Amino acid sequence: MFGYSVSDLGSIVVMQGFSGLSLFSVLLLMALGLAIIFGQMGVINMAHGEFMTIGAYTIYVLGKITAEYFPTFLPYYFFFALFAAFALAFLVGYLVEYLMIRHLYKRPLDTLLATWGLSLIMQQIFRTIFGGREVSPNLPDWLMGSWSVTDTIDIPINGMVVMAITFAVTGLVVMFMFRSSWGLKVRATTQNRLMAGAVGINTKKVDRMTFAVGCGIAGVAGAAFTTIASTGPTSGSQYIVDTFLVVVFGGATSILGAIASAFSIAQAQSILTFFLTNAMGKVVTLLVVIVILMLRPEGLFSSKVRK
Amino acid sequence: MMSTFYTRWLGGRQGGIAIMLLMLLMFVVMPLWLDIFRLNLVGKYLTYAFAAVSLVMVWGYGGVLSLGQGIFFGLGGYCMAMFLKLEASDMASTARQTTPGIPDFMDWNQITHLPAFWEPFHSLTFTILAIFVVPAVFAYIIGAAMFKRRVGGVYFSIITQAIASILTILIIGQQGYTGGINGITDLKTLHGWNINTESAKYILYYLNGGLLIGVILVCRYVLSSKLGRLLLAMRDKEDRVRFSGYDVSNFKIFIFSLGAIISAIGGAMFTLQVGFMSPSFVGIVPSIEMVIFAAVGGRMSLVGAVFGTLMVNYGKTAFSESFPELWLFLMGGLFIGVVMYFPNGLAGLWEKHGQKWASCIRRLQCVSAVKNWAENRRAAKLGATGE
Repeated sequence: MFGYSVSDLGSIVVMQGFSGLSLFSVLLLMALGLAIIFGQMGVINMAHGEFMTIGAYTIYVLGKITAEYFPTFLPYYFFFALFAAFALAFLVGYLVEYLMIRHLYKRPLDTLLATWGLSLIMQQIFRTIFGGREVSPNLPDWLMGSWSVTDTIDIPINGMVVMAITFAVTGLVVMFMFRSSWGLKVRATTQNRLMAGAVGINTKKVDRMTFAVGCGIAGVAGAAFTTIASTGPTSGSQYIVDTFLVVVFGGATSILGAIASAFSIAQAQSILTFFLTNAMGKVVTLLVVIVILMLRPEGLFSSKVRK
Repeated sequence: MMSTFYTRWLGGRQGGIAIMLLMLLMFVVMPLWLDIFRLNLVGKYLTYAFAAVSLVMVWGYGGVLSLGQGIFFGLGGYCMAMFLKLEASDMASTARQTTPGIPDFMDWNQITHLPAFWEPFHSLTFTILAIFVVPAVFAYIIGAAMFKRRVGGVYFSIITQAIASILTILIIGQQGYTGGINGITDLKTLHGWNINTESAKYILYYLNGGLLIGVILVCRYVLSSKLGRLLLAMRDKEDRVRFSGYDVSNFKIFIFSLGAIISAIGGAMFTLQVGFMSPSFVGIVPSIEMVIFAAVGGRMSLVGAVFGTLMVNYGKTAFSESFPELWLFLMGGLFIGVVMYFPNGLAGLWEKHGQKWASCIRRLQCVSAVKNWAENRRAAKLGATGE
């Protein structure tokens, strides 16, 4: 097949599969935040990619500071920076919800436009502060290099770290959603906003927290992203369309759906990319997703939500 | 007959005045005031206005926000560009290529014969038909697939956006067939008529303006029909219209396809006036910019959308010449500001304040209004000093 031997094909599938897993991680982290925001509030945040970029630049800045003032700390700073990335994106998200989004809940299409405007402004802010060129943070040495499983299979360590982060964050989100009182309130608001309000849940407060947490997760996505690629002012926006498709394909309100659809889209894209060209791999994947969505508009895992 | 034209096509007195003002601006003021370079630029903006007008129909009246109007703009533009490119690549001017008679970018990409889907574009009749039919069919397929299954709102926006993004990637990826990221360039003649001369540019500008007015009149006619009322009813309470026994999806498909054709006309005129077509007028960013043109002009006003397009593009050109950094801030602010504070755009402002002033001037009450105001002020002042 395609002039490759069977063992070659096996290695290709493993390695492309692994690079698909890195893409899966980024898509999933982005989609998680978007899915809980969209699921609960019906709001599409076009600036979600820029929150990811905030996280990525946080790592870059903290890496610079660490290298400058605390060089001995360099191997460990990454974990603290992850929290910082979350916190900063969370804060900005909180502010954005307070200043803008909450005035537009009744007009979801308008939110889409307003957040697009926000994303333009944020991109220009990044460009003004960090310049138009892409930057890479100082990463600790242990993140570099790769792990040779066999002669033909090399698995990069940073990819594994990204996946570990993704699993941890996904686990945390699932735990928060299904095991905490905040999650209970979020789920109640998602299912029936009026009733949730009637039983004494402050839905506005829940909205604000959910939006901020969603943005925070995007920040973590950006932080994880820096280990596999460099960051520019428009890095985040390149992922936004794919992420939307992941969310819609997965069924919008379901976390399980987001995981499944991120996985299938990322894997399909990365394996097709190897056999076709880069562009065609992406085109074929997205086209298949759209055709499936046209046949099954509610996505893979739809949940029964009272509109 | 005359009165139908007046009330339904022109839109009555208010509509007629708006059209007259627009025609005055497009056909008299602009050509007298601007040199041919600037006028050509305005012509380019006016082709975007087709897309903005189509968004007024689809988004403002139909209630579905299409973030993929660039798809149809691009399809129209590419159809036209393919015809012009084939005419520009005749045997004589491509004699130095390895395969003469095919467009230069195909030759650079080692393609040795014209792809089958390019063949029919040798004919101008086919091309003009294609400009109408291809986008309409495409929109029909998208619309039928989505609206029949009651997909709407944000979902529809996202999916149209994704399609715009896919189309861009496809055009860029298939360089040999589409010209890739540079697009289809070096277009020279239309049936032997050189489109790059000054007189041709004037003619195309007027043709473009005439088509735009025509499109606006057709849209007015559609909106003043029963269909127009149904569209409004649907936008505000879709379920009620459905329960009254109407097939809502068919109306949406119709308006979406009509919007697609209007955008495609704009795209074709763009190619003719600017002399090339490239994927940068197809993708996500141009598509969403078309939405802001319509939003600034007023999402419910056909003529307003044209003014909105002109204003935003003028701002873009002026700012990106002198302060390129500021432009994105301003554009972003425009998105947020229009949506949050002026959801009806320029047309809304005009209705709120402009008409009051216009009627004020008309009845010559302005003078007395100012007098009244001055007297009141004086009285208030006297009162204040008297105390």
